[in-house]
Amino acid sequence: MSTTEPHAPTSAAEQFAQRSQSPVQRIQHVLHSHPSISPLLVLIIASIVFTIINPRLASPANISLILQQVAVIAALAVGQTLIILTAGIDLSVGAISILAMLVMANLAANNGVPAVLALIIGFAVGTLCGWLNGALITRLKLPPFIATLGTLSIFTALGLLYSGGKSLQANDLPDLLNWTGKTIGIGGFRITIGVIMVILLALVVAFLLGQTAWGRHVYAVGDNTEGARLAGIRVNRVLVSVYLVAGLIYGITAWILIGRAGTASPNAIVDANLETITAVVIGGTSLFGGRGAIVGTILGALIIGVFRSGLSLAGVDDQWRVLAIGVLIIVAVSIDQWIRKVKV
Amino acid sequence: MSAPVKHFSTAAVDTREPVLKARGLIKTFGRVVGLDGVDLDLYPGEVLAIIGDNGAGKSTLVKALTGALTVDSGEIYLDGHPANFKTPMDARNAGIETVYQTLAVAPALDIASNLYLGREEKRPGPLGSILRMLDKKGMKDKAGASMAELGVGTIQNMGQAVETLSGGQRQAVAVARAAAFATKFVVLDEPTAALGVKETGQVLNLIRKIKAKGLPVILISHNMPNVFEVADRIHIARLGGCAGIITPQSHTPTEAVAIMTGATTLQKG
Repeated sequence: MSTTEPHAPTSAAEQFAQRSQSPVQRIQHVLHSHPSISPLLVLIIASIVFTIINPRLASPANISLILQQVAVIAALAVGQTLIILTAGIDLSVGAISILAMLVMANLAANNGVPAVLALIIGFAVGTLCGWLNGALITRLKLPPFIATLGTLSIFTALGLLYSGGKSLQANDLPDLLNWTGKTIGIGGFRITIGVIMVILLALVVAFLLGQTAWGRHVYAVGDNTEGARLAGIRVNRVLVSVYLVAGLIYGITAWILIGRAGTASPNAIVDANLETITAVVIGGTSLFGGRGAIVGTILGALIIGVFRSGLSLAGVDDQWRVLAIGVLIIVAVSIDQWIRKVKV
Repeated sequence: MSAPVKHFSTAAVDTREPVLKARGLIKTFGRVVGLDGVDLDLYPGEVLAIIGDNGAGKSTLVKALTGALTVDSGEIYLDGHPANFKTPMDARNAGIETVYQTLAVAPALDIASNLYLGREEKRPGPLGSILRMLDKKGMKDKAGASMAELGVGTIQNMGQAVETLSGGQRQAVAVARAAAFATKFVVLDEPTAALGVKETGQVLNLIRKIKAKGLPVILISHNMPNVFEVADRIHIARLGGCAGIITPQSHTPTEAVAIMTGATTLQKG
């Protein structure tokens, strides 16, 4: 290390250290430096296999449908990725999004609030909920699992209390709130505004994570909290900002959800917390923090969508999809455990 | 055991202005006395070792000097000016860098990111000021230069994740980070405690290189051979105070251990 000129191996141990790597170790190294490769391979193989079983999978109409189906979970999973990168977890993701959605829909439909203002207040509600999670975790020192388990119930109850448990239909809502469900035809594809928004959202967050100091700090806090603190990073401030940004993303997703569902219902996306965690984990982001990327999460969400569509087009019981996703989660986390043990 | 005949401080004749001067530092934790009126001088370009038994006050002294804790009483002067560090960030901003025993690096981040962790540089122009984009290439190049300056030449790729490095190389990254950003002095707190013999030798080489750059170093260690290999002066902490200041020329490691444990005392003079 301190010598600049390469030297011939002298000891048996050094010769051992310079042994050539086995193919398996090489794969481990490649996956270690590019963790998004495994979800990409899974997505490609699954798409090919399901297309062979039923060629309709790859039809523009079906691809458009898959994209619309995964858009909401993908958007929420982008926020969940930020939190999991800090070695946290957010169980309140769906509850925050539903609360924000109910607020923007009810304000616009029942209280005569202008649509733009209703949207902004909805985003603000999401951001505030995220901030509350961050405050509970950094000030009261609650583990993220417990803090968000608590706020999951709180936000769900607030949403039901506020809306009286009633849904609002698309025709009760102003056009702006339904705008995310509008489709644009590109060839045979029918892409919704909501899908385009998710892509833009993912690009913005990927840019923040990959190109800014804030992104570096998010990774460092999840990777080695104490080391980050010693390096002068204000750890609590980073954590609060992560939960706050995630809350804003959930608020924006509420808008996409209205367009997708054509309704603002308190019973929408009840399983969002588990589905987003699934997308993040299948996408190769480590639950132990510090490792992962937005591109993996998007791939993870697409994998879920392709499995759902492929198995349903293959005509098998939907429970096979549930089973397959369960297997994928276990395989993905096992791969993560394995590549984390990479040696020099 | 040698008889207590040697002079208390063989280096007390130094007339240069110290980079760091601490006077009468007192720190108590309830009834426990952490620092009992400690004086310390760090002169330009020297390696000052602080040795002492467990509980002798080494860590407390270093924490007081680097802002990790505030003393009850006493003064610290940096280049002759009073310095009151409330937090480690204050000390860092004043040009004092600390390397901790626990490897304070982020393993999943690459070498360049670790070197610049907490003080990332942005790209020039609107890309940096508006989009807040990092100057990744610039930081990588400068990280490579810093590592090369310290003779850590075999790490070619600054984009390599730190977790793929050996323990000694990881510590080298931490030391390089300190050396690159310190303007006053570098504090190394047991930098070799977790390392093997060969890797320890590499870190000692780094200490010599930092000294050659003209930066003074405070080295906390209880590894006598290491201390006697690189230190110019040795501050012996004992029972919250200072049992004396010796040099590798004036005393043997055995005598240093005797003073450290109280088997022998230095004559004050």
